[in-house]
Amino acid sequence: MIPREFEYHAPKNVPDALALLQQFGEDAKLLAGGHSLLPMMKLRFAQPGHLIDLGRISELKGIREESGVLRIGAMTTENEIIWSKLLQERCPLLIEGARLIADPQVRYKGTIGGDLSHGDPANDHPALMLALGASFVLRGPSGERVVPSDGFFISNYVTLLQPAEIMTEIRIPVPAPNTGYAYCKLKRKIGDFATAAAAVTLRMNGDRVQELAIALTNVGASVLKARAAEESLRGKVLDDATIAEAARLAMSICDPAPDQRGDAEYKVAMAGEMTQRALRTARSRVRR
Amino acid sequence: MTATTEVLEREAKLQGLGVSRLRKEDARFIRGKGTYVDDIKLPGMLFGAIVRSPYAHARIKSINKAKALAVPGVVAVLVADDLKPVKLDWMPTIGGDVQAVLAGKKVCFQLQEVAMVIARDRYCAADGADAVEVDYEELPAIVDPHKAMAPDAPIIREDIADKTEVGHGPRTHPNHIFTWEAGDKNGVDAAFSNAAVTVREEILNPRVHPCPLETCGCVASFDKVTGQLTVYITSQAPHLVRTVVAMLSGIPESKIRIISGDIGGGFGNKVPIYPGYVIAIVASIVTGVPIKWIESRIDNISTTGFARDYHGIGELAADKDGRIRALRFSALADHGAFNSHVSATKLPAGLFSICTGSYDIPKAYCRVDAVYTNKAPGGVAYRCSLRVTEAVYLIERMIDVLAQKLGIDKAEIRSRNFIKADKFPYTTSLGWTIDSGNYHGALDKVLKAVDYAGLRKEQAEKRAKGELMGIGISTFTEIVGAGPTKVCDILGIGLFDSCDIRVNPTGSAIARLGTMSQGQGHATTYAQIIATELGLSSDEIQIEEGDTDKAPYGAGTWGSRSTPVGGAAAALAARKIRTKAQKIAAHLLEVGEGDLEWEVDRFKVKGNPAQSKTMKEIAMAAHTSNLPPGMEQGLDATEYYDPPNLTYPFGAYVCVVDIDRHTGETKVRRFYALDDCGTRINPMIIEGQIHGGLTEAFAVAFGQAVPFDENGNHLGNSFMDYFLPTAVETPHWETDHTVTPSPHHPIGAKGVAESPHVGGIPCFSNAVVDAFAHLGVTHMDMPHTAYRVWQKCRALGIDRR
Amino acid sequence: MVKKQTVSFKLNGADVDVVVEPRELLIHTLRERLQHTGPHIGCETSHCGACTVDLDGMSVKSCTILTVQCQDAAVLTVEGLEQGGTLHAVQEGFTREHGLQCGYCTPGMITRAYRLLKENPSPSEEDIRYWMAGNLCRCTGYQNIVKAVQYAANKISLARTGT
Repeated sequence: MIPREFEYHAPKNVPDALALLQQFGEDAKLLAGGHSLLPMMKLRFAQPGHLIDLGRISELKGIREESGVLRIGAMTTENEIIWSKLLQERCPLLIEGARLIADPQVRYKGTIGGDLSHGDPANDHPALMLALGASFVLRGPSGERVVPSDGFFISNYVTLLQPAEIMTEIRIPVPAPNTGYAYCKLKRKIGDFATAAAAVTLRMNGDRVQELAIALTNVGASVLKARAAEESLRGKVLDDATIAEAARLAMSICDPAPDQRGDAEYKVAMAGEMTQRALRTARSRVRR
Repeated sequence: MTATTEVLEREAKLQGLGVSRLRKEDARFIRGKGTYVDDIKLPGMLFGAIVRSPYAHARIKSINKAKALAVPGVVAVLVADDLKPVKLDWMPTIGGDVQAVLAGKKVCFQLQEVAMVIARDRYCAADGADAVEVDYEELPAIVDPHKAMAPDAPIIREDIADKTEVGHGPRTHPNHIFTWEAGDKNGVDAAFSNAAVTVREEILNPRVHPCPLETCGCVASFDKVTGQLTVYITSQAPHLVRTVVAMLSGIPESKIRIISGDIGGGFGNKVPIYPGYVIAIVASIVTGVPIKWIESRIDNISTTGFARDYHGIGELAADKDGRIRALRFSALADHGAFNSHVSATKLPAGLFSICTGSYDIPKAYCRVDAVYTNKAPGGVAYRCSLRVTEAVYLIERMIDVLAQKLGIDKAEIRSRNFIKADKFPYTTSLGWTIDSGNYHGALDKVLKAVDYAGLRKEQAEKRAKGELMGIGISTFTEIVGAGPTKVCDILGIGLFDSCDIRVNPTGSAIARLGTMSQGQGHATTYAQIIATELGLSSDEIQIEEGDTDKAPYGAGTWGSRSTPVGGAAAALAARKIRTKAQKIAAHLLEVGEGDLEWEVDRFKVKGNPAQSKTMKEIAMAAHTSNLPPGMEQGLDATEYYDPPNLTYPFGAYVCVVDIDRHTGETKVRRFYALDDCGTRINPMIIEGQIHGGLTEAFAVAFGQAVPFDENGNHLGNSFMDYFLPTAVETPHWETDHTVTPSPHHPIGAKGVAESPHVGGIPCFSNAVVDAFAHLGVTHMDMPHTAYRVWQKCRALGIDRR
Repeated sequence: MVKKQTVSFKLNGADVDVVVEPRELLIHTLRERLQHTGPHIGCETSHCGACTVDLDGMSVKSCTILTVQCQDAAVLTVEGLEQGGTLHAVQEGFTREHGLQCGYCTPGMITRAYRLLKENPSPSEEDIRYWMAGNLCRCTGYQNIVKAVQYAANKISLARTGT
């Protein structure tokens, strides 16, 4: 219940935060919403000597649209996402996903940047980002770079974010009109991580799939993009057979860790089931 | 205003028995002004943090306190050696065994207590606990109770290895605790040989944990000057704690004060005496300052009194028409590493022999074999009073199994076997005399309310389409209100209970009882009982429990004994007062006692009703000189109630589920619960108890377990995994009732709080199995998580689209 | 030894100053230093919600907030809801509808419901269950808690429309 002692820093801007990160190196951790980090520290699984709180940096907040791209500050909370009229109109997949994360109190503090930077394969935003073709703005001592979400997530707690970098912004191209979407998440109860989840975005050309993305949560060492499944559906109609085949291909790349949610066989099967549901739901949201 | 209206108005003013009056205790809780044990702060108080074993079974080679003592703010580190001089490194358990307070030579379950660090505040204490260095030598652990009695099984309890019995009869193996049996084994075996049909199932009641929202803890405060020990504690049984602490510490019981204030849920988890309490008490005696110990949630789930862990075999023998001729139930009971099983001395398997249920079963035999394993001690807990949940689960599952074997409808088979309404009091073949019941009436009412025939029709249609819909029935009889002292005692102390009422001159009253609320609403319900008996408003009757300096001796509240035992004591104490009041009234009105009749709140002269005296007037008179010659002043009474029998609330529940065969998820579409607890004191509070008990039953049936790996390591002992449903998962509950009073209880009340848990669990399970019954499935073990149900779908080949 | 910091914030409208280590959790500051024992501790993994307070207009689990993060914040606990001897509609709802038994989850529930009704003044039953899912209860089964929140929503709405 009680963390080890640490020094606390609350920089007012990004350059100060970066300087602190450089100064304390591996002994420092960034504090975003704190609802992944602080629980680990309370159980003493994580014991950083320094916490750098990003909560006072106003530059990291805000949701706006600029030239067809939604730009979301990394310290935007799940709750701010859910109540954002702009996102409700422009990017309902993100709303659907955020609503399935944790519980109301955690969502008041948990941030999209924290969720993405942590590299936890159980987190939900990575799949949503892959489905939306998002990119991340990373700022470090040598400047800023923009990295596509596809390829950012490497393994358990390993991403392309370097130790001296901070994710400052998430950029999502505004989905084209009439894009179908769904995030289907199987979980034991509200607040639980996914047993398996699938995020889908879908554009149709008549009754054939023009373009789509399928990404899977918590069935591998990191988020998985179901490329073979996607390929199997491009140009095809969506019927029971093609959807089942896509699900089979999605399942074939899964490698989940067994735990109290279920063994690997169950989780893989559920990844397939969530893929099927997400495809059907996304299809139903495309106006004919 | 007619006479009747006037009487009704006076009755309404009492807010007495039967009224859904709002609760008196709410005022402090809605303002955040409750006094739970972690709210207690005493001057000079220090904080204790326990160091616990990471291993399930290991020898302790050495303990090094040096680094911990060097942590700023740490005052002391206690280990077993520090408790030896006061002979408190071990303590006797309620189950007739001994339990390590702090592990000395070895540890026997993961997270067992090894040391306590005492520090200035909980932050230093946590740092200190982290710094204690313990050197362990790991030993192989026994996790599967079926392996506990293997010839080559590691011996867990070396401390009692030479003992041939541990309180309950001969042991056949060092890891054996006891074997208990009841009934007519030969008669049952014969009936099975001759039966037209027999059924057998292996039925698991998994280890679960009651998990009240407040964990256990205490503030122990020993005053070196006066020799007085005061302990604020999360205890459902403060008087029993006081007696045991006196026995353990040598401090006279008259110098020990145990105070249970507000308790954040008990459900049986707060009956046992935990090592943490004992160490805190010793620490306070040694240091002379108050010591607070509050356990963490993980500690709570991992080390305090679990429930169930009964590995059962159920067998029924019956005629072709489904009439049960004989019952043969057995269970292998995993008690963990110490037998701290809360149960009456003569009943090591609790009230398991209630397993004949609501049915007229001519021959029955049951047997429980209890063993040690490398897990935390416990067994009796979780809103079930003494193994009744295990017993009712077995019979309610087995009657469904029998129904399926014979192709008889599950409601019909129950109806054929029910004890008939005109047979009460009915003594079961295992010796319990059920006070009253109306099982047919309850079931018929429920089946009508849910349109049972319509549900079965719908089920047939859904099955034809390959969909899984289940209908679960549970017609349970519970046994609560432990109990008659010749049968029920703990360490020799009978399970009576008590009530002490004092009426003030100005006509309000205070009543103190030996029971202990943890949310059941005693401050309101006892006041209602007394209000109706005495004709005083329940608003003006203060109820107190939990302070052993004030309350008369009682065994506390475990799951459902307060109304049957405490409620009876309250009613009878009130009647003693009314008897005295009648004498005073007769004196004041200058008539004979026999000339008076009682009406709501006053005695009236028969034939001359204008002549009356209210209880309020009598209360004042009782403190004056105007009394019958020779009568003492005062208007109070104490009743120690030794119940003549337990009480037997019952119910009929129906549950409708829809199961997604692709994911294994179960949706509870409908749950209809009819409960009969006899006289209903406060319907609003009863309904609240039913909602809560059903929700706990739902949690048990669909997700709770305390799993271990093969080395005895916990796999799911925090809220990350231990299933406590939120408002989203929790179904909507429909409640109904019938009223069949208990003939032996002063107000006919039976108690209700456990019933929804006991009756709910088999109802959910029966619904899930029923969903698969047409595919030949006869039983599925809990918990019915989506994962486990999906595995069944997979095995049946129905999981794919 | 890490240096302590002075943190100043408002608690139920009153200015408070505390001197704390960075690692001190807000729940402990409230309960131990500021004598506000309304919010309770039910777990150490940020699940149960018994510690819920209202922080700058947000329902948060105070066991997962560092006090040092609260500089200049406005914190509201259950103790701050009753004004001038009048219970808040949510508090009244909980007792009128029997939405509490042991009372341990109640401060967190009430504080969360208070904020819920500001987010959504007329929630459906489904809304209430979903938006209260961060608060666990073992006693009530939630059914009467839903009714309590509905009672409060009605009362607040009537007060607002003046009918």
